[in-house]
Amino acid sequence: MIPLGHYLVVSAVLFAIGTAGVFLRRNLITILLSIEIMLNAVNLSFVAFGRAQGTVDGQIITFFVMTVAAAEAAVGLAIVIALFRHRESLNPDAFTSLKW
Amino acid sequence: MEQATLRFVIQLGIIGLTFFMLINASALLVLAERKIMGFMQQRYGPYLVGPHGLLQPLADILKLLFKEELRPKGADKWLFTLAPIVSITAAFAAFAAVPWGAETTFFGLLDTPVKLGVADVNVAVLVVFAITSMGVYGIVLAGWSSNSKYSLLGGLRSSAQMISYELAYATALASVIMLAGSLSLRSVVDAQAGYWFGFVPRWYLFLQPVGFIIYVIAGVAETNRAPFDFPEAEQELVAGYNTEYSSVRFALFPQAEYINMTTMSAVATDLYLGGWHGPFLERYGLGWAWFLIKVGVILFAYIWVRWTVPRYRYDQLMQFGWKWLFPAAVLNLIATAALILYFNA
Amino acid sequence: MPETVLFYVFAAVAIGASLLVIGQRNPMYSIMLLIASFGALSALYIQLDAPFVAMAQIIVYAGAIMVLFLFVVMLLNAPQEDAAQWDRTHPLRRPGVARFGAMLAALLIVQLVWALVRVSDVGVAVGARGDVAELSSVRSVGRVLFTDYVFAFEATSILILVAMVGAVLLAAREEQR
Repeated sequence: MIPLGHYLVVSAVLFAIGTAGVFLRRNLITILLSIEIMLNAVNLSFVAFGRAQGTVDGQIITFFVMTVAAAEAAVGLAIVIALFRHRESLNPDAFTSLKW
Repeated sequence: MEQATLRFVIQLGIIGLTFFMLINASALLVLAERKIMGFMQQRYGPYLVGPHGLLQPLADILKLLFKEELRPKGADKWLFTLAPIVSITAAFAAFAAVPWGAETTFFGLLDTPVKLGVADVNVAVLVVFAITSMGVYGIVLAGWSSNSKYSLLGGLRSSAQMISYELAYATALASVIMLAGSLSLRSVVDAQAGYWFGFVPRWYLFLQPVGFIIYVIAGVAETNRAPFDFPEAEQELVAGYNTEYSSVRFALFPQAEYINMTTMSAVATDLYLGGWHGPFLERYGLGWAWFLIKVGVILFAYIWVRWTVPRYRYDQLMQFGWKWLFPAAVLNLIATAALILYFNA
Repeated sequence: MPETVLFYVFAAVAIGASLLVIGQRNPMYSIMLLIASFGALSALYIQLDAPFVAMAQIIVYAGAIMVLFLFVVMLLNAPQEDAAQWDRTHPLRRPGVARFGAMLAALLIVQLVWALVRVSDVGVAVGARGDVAELSSVRSVGRVLFTDYVFAFEATSILILVAMVGAVLLAAREEQR
């Protein structure tokens, strides 16, 4: 049997990888992908805890997180497309016109 | 040999047999398609290789194996090779969750019966759906990585078509699942055992005629076949997403397509046509023969439709999927739910 | 014993693939590697007796969201990150910042893991409580979803509608509006 801690460690590592991706990468698509990694890490935590408690609530919250992630990916990519049309670049450092 | 190892060996044998049958199915479908096409066009199909052309698939495979492996210069090295691998893997893997026979003890060899099918998953319907939706990647990657106009257009169109018709496909599936009350394909088949009035089999085809039509149309569109094969139409796009492929990598694409066809037919048989249930043969443990016959009938219908009906234009195809088929599937779902409530209240 | 081995294999694949995702220059490769990571996570869900969530992960994440990403990358013909341009555009010297950021990420991992192993109750085997047959059945998920969480369910359906309309509106070309 696998202890709960193992799953939580995997989730924590994935979350940290996602965070690192969001901060370190300079490509909008890769940043969105890193956000998806973070959401998946959280999903894993939910399911693991739900299983440890013996209820299905973990799975249901995961279901909602997936739905929200899908909606967010759709809108985020639409924004990326609109931005790309303006500046022909996917580098977030190219969009600095509001910077003081 | 003790029971545990005997079971293990037999289950491995069943897996191997399923794999072998799928490969044979794709080879035979190549021949069947050309022969049936020939007969419909009032000529004999392939006739020279082997008796009545029966060894034609072997000749085709040998020819493809001996061709030169090409790769366009600008093609992405990894993705170009990965695409056919993804296609064929998804095609084979989807059949893993499909049961093709009842439980059998192999004439008393085993103590407890073993189920005929690679895996008995309690969410089998979802597994098949999930893995067939992974098959889209093979086509998208093939189109993109070939670095060629025809491939890219074909790949994009094909994948957009596949994901559009997945909606109607899933909704038609959902209606049957509501009737059966379980996501396991084996339970759905077992719910169709028996007869009404003594002679009409309890197939879901009779309870869900509209759903069956929607499922078959969506299945045909999912596998890029028959009237929905614009993305690989020779007249329009050379060969669509597999234009730049040759030899073995090319051979894997049509093989994946035929295996997808077989999986769709097998799932349709399990869901709507009662799977392996039928008169006479089940008593002798030959239910799988009925399964093969039913799958064969649906595959024949696939080939028949392809060579009879003209193909849809791409925008007509997408309109049909979104504006007609999906609303019809949703209405079917609502009607099924209402009727279930009414008759169970 | 075999399930422990399977856990380590899938966990290694998930973590390894995610590391490669953030390390790739070509966004196409990142997406493919992320699909591999999702597949490994799906296997972990199956180990946690959640087959419905596992299949939903493949259908929704790997089968739909990633296809969306793939389409956007293909249609935008997304340029790859150019290393030289990277160093030039950012005022802070890029490699130094990247190394510092990586160190911070490693520190985060160490902190989380340290905290997790100090919490009691975490050593308990997953799967000790609860009835497996009931937990892994879609029927029980559906029942709880439509009774306890029905408000959230309806709210997410409106959320998806809003997202659909928003995405179409945002991505439409200017002259089409």
